[in-house]
Amino acid sequence: MSDTTHHGPPTGIRRWLFTTNHKDIGTLYLVFSLVMLFVGGAMAMIIRLELFQPGLQFVNPEFFNQMTTLHALVMVFGMIMPAFAGFANWMVPLMIGAPDMALPRLNNFSFWILPFAALMLVSTLFMPGGGPASGWTLYPPLVLQTGDAFPFVIFSVHLLGISSILAAINIIVTIMNMRTPDMPLLKMPLFVWTWLITAYLLILVMPVLAGAVTMLFTDQFFGTSFFQAAGGGDPVLFQHIFWFFGHPEVYIIILPSFGIISQIIPTFSRKPLFGHDSMVYATASIAFLSCIVWAHHMFTVGMPLAGQLYFMLSTMLIAIPTGVKIFNWTATMWRGSLSFETPMLFAIAFLFLFTFGGFSGVMMALTPADIQYHDSYFIVAHFHYVLVPGAMFAAIAGVYYWLPKWTGHMYDERLGKIHFWLSAISVNLTFFPQHFVGLAGMPRRIPDYALQFADLNAFMSIGGFLFGLSQLLFLWGVVRCMRGIGDKATDRVWEGAQGLEWEVPSPAPYHTFDTPPVVK
Amino acid sequence: MIPRHARAIALSLLPVISLPAGAAPSGWRQLNLPVGVTSISRDAYDLHMLAIYVCILIGIAVFGAMIYAMINFRKSKGAVADRTLTHSTKAEVIWTAIPAFILIFLAWQTVPALIHIEDTRDSDMTIRITGYQWKWHYEYMGEGVSFYSALGERSNTARQRNAALRPAEVDHYLLEVDEVLVLPVGAKIRYLISANDVIHAWWVPELGIKRDAIPGFINEGWFRIDQPGTYRGQCAELCGKDHGFMPIVVEALPPEEFAAWLAARRPAAQAALASSQP
Repeated sequence: MSDTTHHGPPTGIRRWLFTTNHKDIGTLYLVFSLVMLFVGGAMAMIIRLELFQPGLQFVNPEFFNQMTTLHALVMVFGMIMPAFAGFANWMVPLMIGAPDMALPRLNNFSFWILPFAALMLVSTLFMPGGGPASGWTLYPPLVLQTGDAFPFVIFSVHLLGISSILAAINIIVTIMNMRTPDMPLLKMPLFVWTWLITAYLLILVMPVLAGAVTMLFTDQFFGTSFFQAAGGGDPVLFQHIFWFFGHPEVYIIILPSFGIISQIIPTFSRKPLFGHDSMVYATASIAFLSCIVWAHHMFTVGMPLAGQLYFMLSTMLIAIPTGVKIFNWTATMWRGSLSFETPMLFAIAFLFLFTFGGFSGVMMALTPADIQYHDSYFIVAHFHYVLVPGAMFAAIAGVYYWLPKWTGHMYDERLGKIHFWLSAISVNLTFFPQHFVGLAGMPRRIPDYALQFADLNAFMSIGGFLFGLSQLLFLWGVVRCMRGIGDKATDRVWEGAQGLEWEVPSPAPYHTFDTPPVVK
Repeated sequence: MIPRHARAIALSLLPVISLPAGAAPSGWRQLNLPVGVTSISRDAYDLHMLAIYVCILIGIAVFGAMIYAMINFRKSKGAVADRTLTHSTKAEVIWTAIPAFILIFLAWQTVPALIHIEDTRDSDMTIRITGYQWKWHYEYMGEGVSFYSALGERSNTARQRNAALRPAEVDHYLLEVDEVLVLPVGAKIRYLISANDVIHAWWVPELGIKRDAIPGFINEGWFRIDQPGTYRGQCAELCGKDHGFMPIVVEALPPEEFAAWLAARRPAAQAALASSQP
């Protein structure tokens, strides 16, 4: 990556601290995300260890609740969002023929907020009273019982939000202003499109989250009663505000995944994406609908009938544009010439398992049934299906897909395939049985359970440990490429690859597209 | 609440697809939503099964197409990509319209069940449920009977770390309480639910009821239990360290037995009992 043309970057730590280069910052985001994957993963392992058998063997309920809370916050804000920000930094300028991001210093700032915010969040575990234990949703009044950690949690959520907003502004400005003149909006690759829409969602909803946690903060320290019933406040108001952020948030996570999958499937089908424009419109429809369905997370709070009907019916609508995407990907493979390298394997697993997660999503839209599913392990199964073999597999697929372009070296295909099969099997061993224990009556976020859930929980824990260990193969594969081990990658890397990023050498030089490229 | 023909469609699929509704309680039944003993729980169950069947049918079509493509359009089998197949307005209209019709069908099945749940009129009795960290309080409105209901003694011993008593030795581990909520069969029972500290949720799967208990709010709902029996549930909203340890046990008695039980628990009867003992 230090292959420079006219001036070199500083070396050592100063290069990474002061860099304004989109490729360096992309690498920083991705490495940070990989570290947080193992931090959040370790917390998941503690959760599965305690749930391996009935009874409490390893941790106290207080600590268990801190683990479920921080596992979610670390994975959402520390792992998956920075991973996609890393992809955006590396790939958006390369895909649109821009020399760099539009606002490089802001770019450096938005990354370097992250490690400190994450460190502050994780450090709350060592404070008197422990870390936050109210679930990642931070519902009051429970969250107000957090110990000394409370203001640190609020502040780290603020910082993580600021980082995301700044990154989103940068991405929008870059896409709107720095495309090569040959590239009208509808000619942009789908990854760029999904990120453009995601960035607008981020700017819309992250300030709402900041507002919600600020209100928690003033309730705790400045005597306000936004959410405290004793002072005339309304605990449910928080849930409305939180989920007005929280539902678009899940699409903030999944839309860039859609983008990555929309790049990979055409490459390995050796065929252009089916229905490019309808994919763009479907993405925009999903983004719009995601903003008007939030209270389907709250069917048990006691909403008026009209409210429940509205949120049920509007939620069901999301299935239509999402279906369009699934069908378009399938049609892209149709009459293609398919090969199954590791990125394609992960993309196909995404296709199957995200669709599967979508099925349980449709089931949960049906309010009378959702009242049974709500806050049970069924919902845990649902959102892990859309987030792990959904978003995370898309990110892994993207890493294998672009790693040769980033490092100039091919990953080890055999290692990649072993990683894929172990991950794809163990992810189902872990999360598939959660549907059943949930339906049978196991609530989420409990450290101990009734005996009828024991067998399946032991099974899930074994699947979870296997899934966790499998990711060490991923780490090994990535580190090998970064250290320059492996075959030299060609410029095009994949036979069927199309797009500007494959026109530059591998590894991509430190500065690319000093003059706007011509789109063929 | 679900129209009969929809049930007929679902039932006709039963032999084809596993997860049979009538299996032994020890088998698949424990891995599926309980049918339960109220009209609300049966509606939820029927919708749940209907949605599963719809999803299975869609899954067969969609996954079938994906698998067909993966098998037949492999480069290793000499498949050549048809690079012109990038758009088809007809296909796209079809696969937008079909899901829309399926969703309209599901919505049409669901709306009556939802309206039914919210119809709290003409109740026979009212109980008041209050969530505390970490126990429940029940009050029979207008009867002067109320009590707390917390995790049973043996479960509470066995759930401690390094406890001498093992969970496997406790009957209904974590699903037993010191005082059960006794209710009559056949009566339309209206409940008012609130909480004293943080948000809890009262969930008994076999009654089909899950409702948040929110401090400062009184939520309202109803159910009518059809069969005598003991029905167990748990708090479903994270409420602090002992969230997993505040179960719910409902014992449904025939009306006469319930009346006798309630009479014995009234303050006058309790006072008489106390004064009769030296």
